[in-house]
Amino acid sequence: MSLLRVNGVGHHFGATRALHDVSLQLAAGSIHALIGENGAGKSTLVKTLSGALRPDTGTLTLHDEPFAPAEPSQARDAGVATVYQELSLAPHLTVAQSLFLGHEPTRFGWLDTTTILTEATTALSRLQRTDIPLDARILDLSIADRQIVEIARALHGQASVLVLDEPTSSLTGEDASRLFDVLRRLRDEGLAILYISHFLEEIVDLTDQYTVLRDGEVTGGGATAETNATELATMMVGRPLLQRTKRTSTVRDTPDPAAPQDDILVHVDHLHGSPLPIDATIELHRGEILGIGGLVGSGRSELVRAIFGLDPVTSGTIRILGVSGPTTPTACLDAGLGLLSEDRATEGLALNLSVADNTVMSRWPTRRRGWLDLLGRDRAAERWIDELGIRTPSPESTVGSLSGGNQQKVALARLLHHNVDVLLLDEPTRGIDIASKETIYACIEGLADQGKAILVTSSHLPELLSLCDRIAIMHRGQLGPFRPAADRDEHEMILEATLGDRSPAP
Amino acid sequence: MKLPSRNVLAPLLGLLGVYALFALLGPDSFSSARNLETMARQTTIVGVAAIGMTLVIISGGIDLSAGSIIALSTVVVAATMNAGASPLVSAIAGMGAGAAAGLVNGLIITRLRVVPFIVTLGTLLIVRGLAKGIADEQKIDAPLSWLIDLLAALSPSTRWMIVPPGVWLLLLLAVGVAAMLRSTPVGRHIVATGSSEATARLCGIRVERLKTGVYVASGAAAGVAGVMQFSRLTVGDPTVAVGLELDVIAAVVIGGGSLSGGEGSILGTLVGALIMTVIRSGCSQMGLPNWVQEIVTGGIIVAAVALDRWRHR
Repeated sequence: MSLLRVNGVGHHFGATRALHDVSLQLAAGSIHALIGENGAGKSTLVKTLSGALRPDTGTLTLHDEPFAPAEPSQARDAGVATVYQELSLAPHLTVAQSLFLGHEPTRFGWLDTTTILTEATTALSRLQRTDIPLDARILDLSIADRQIVEIARALHGQASVLVLDEPTSSLTGEDASRLFDVLRRLRDEGLAILYISHFLEEIVDLTDQYTVLRDGEVTGGGATAETNATELATMMVGRPLLQRTKRTSTVRDTPDPAAPQDDILVHVDHLHGSPLPIDATIELHRGEILGIGGLVGSGRSELVRAIFGLDPVTSGTIRILGVSGPTTPTACLDAGLGLLSEDRATEGLALNLSVADNTVMSRWPTRRRGWLDLLGRDRAAERWIDELGIRTPSPESTVGSLSGGNQQKVALARLLHHNVDVLLLDEPTRGIDIASKETIYACIEGLADQGKAILVTSSHLPELLSLCDRIAIMHRGQLGPFRPAADRDEHEMILEATLGDRSPAP
Repeated sequence: MKLPSRNVLAPLLGLLGVYALFALLGPDSFSSARNLETMARQTTIVGVAAIGMTLVIISGGIDLSAGSIIALSTVVVAATMNAGASPLVSAIAGMGAGAAAGLVNGLIITRLRVVPFIVTLGTLLIVRGLAKGIADEQKIDAPLSWLIDLLAALSPSTRWMIVPPGVWLLLLLAVGVAAMLRSTPVGRHIVATGSSEATARLCGIRVERLKTGVYVASGAAAGVAGVMQFSRLTVGDPTVAVGLELDVIAAVVIGGGSLSGGEGSILGTLVGALIMTVIRSGCSQMGLPNWVQEIVTGGIIVAAVALDRWRHR
């Protein structure tokens, strides 16, 4: 029995077809996956359901009645609750204030704090997360807890449909599985849940039904139990994906201690940050891909940022390409070491500036006397647009208008344009589509083959296993030993990430 | 050569619009060559300071101390001339005093990490107080020199210059800074810093040094504006240009500058400054009282920014 039906919905943005004849049915008491690459039309469909956008053609029905929300508040009143990918909580409010923002209960015109507290407790206990303090400010909560608050707020009232847009893209495995428990419970309560995600393992694990979008059209759908991740991936990209195989390393798995010292491009010795990392030691060799795994918050980002001079160092030494001493981003880039930020929206890219400007931002092509070479800029931008397959209307388009995967390629193109010898890649594939991931993996491997050195951090362990030569796991700020990827498996790495390194000291 | 971008086109059309309006409705004297020259002279002080302010606003900051720096500069010019300095040395001293105030702004903002609004609100008072202290709370008379001809109306013998030298200085400065902004790495770094400071830092741009430099430039520009102000007053006056920083900021904003940084242009700013002058001049030539001018100018500021928001949707 379908609760929400989408019947032949189509939508255009100018000349671009975002959705074409899309139909799907959400049943009460089931989790329905919506998958597709970035730009496939998922977000447009979500906006249609949430009332942020009115489709050009087609209809929606809710409880067998026409459903045409003119604005988000109408969709919400009708019982369709949406949690967006970018969380929309005000950081300075408390949890309780956030839950009731916009519809605060009042008594004689004053805030009714008693009702607020009891109802807030009820809302959180429905998600079995009463451990989140009601008077904590949002900015003091972890991303995972903010998400719970957001879901609790969305469900407040009489929601019968819950739409989640990529809820796990910034969660660790542990937080994600806690979220899944919550979602399963809500499903068993009879909610219809539309679940959008890039993680195919999650889809297979969690959902009951699925619908695949490609270029705005439905290319597949059915019961999740009757398919698998490989099949889903094929439906998403429209071609069978090459099964990624473990990289055949050009480097010795265990570096030869007798190797010449100038082979070591980055040497980090007993580095302490404030407060993370705690005692990190890294030797990054020419032509090598090192991986650092670990939970979100374990200090991976702090480590690479400290190496790059963005985060404070309290003790220990960093030697980059033979030069040691305190690092600054400027000095690192001059020496030939670049960082890809994990946060491409606020740090990695200047979203209002063009693709071309972002590509050359760290090294502007100049002519004599210091004038900019705009032709050189455009040539550089076009080269990387071409090589990385960046989908952009033109080099002059603003980066913010591109999809996540293409944005990330622009951020990577900047390091390539700068022609650094060492690349620190912090979560290079977070929240991007499969095809873009493949491009980035191939690019990283190509760079290693050219003799460049790469350090990758990721919360997605299979990614590290297939990409890296050696992998270390970070646990509560402590960096474990680097071991050859061939000697590692996912299970053991998860244990190390959650419990710390338990192997006997070598 | 590229056409002006859309951001500049809108204020440019606005300028032509208000000019055409007053040329049609106002007396003939409004569109006379004489009045054009007068309007150019009237725009110069705000215009010069606004060039510096444009850099600050593009970089994501604000400089509320500009008006006070103008006053300080007039005082410094008069005082140094009285002490026997040549006009050129005095003018440089006025600019230097502005640059020094800008350096203080920049260092407090970048080293102590206080937001620009608060820092320059503080230096607005500090610099004003300093100017009054140096001048002993009164106007300082200065010997006559060529400095007062910078913005004086042209005499028949100097008519060949078309506009007074101060206006030429403004144009020269505008062309130079616009070229710097558009075609040098430093210019791009200012835009990048205003667009996303974290990204700029990630790209190896020395953000702190750059921002300090931008405030020094803004202070120096206000110092030069002070020299122009001195030329107009012929005395050093510590109470002049109170609130003028708001006209300067308005010029930048009407010209397409965004207070959240990353947007703005020198051409737009000059157009913004001209729009305000044209309204003032047109209203007064039509015999409209001062309060009407103020209402119209205020309306234009809000309308310009509202229009900009609407176009960006």
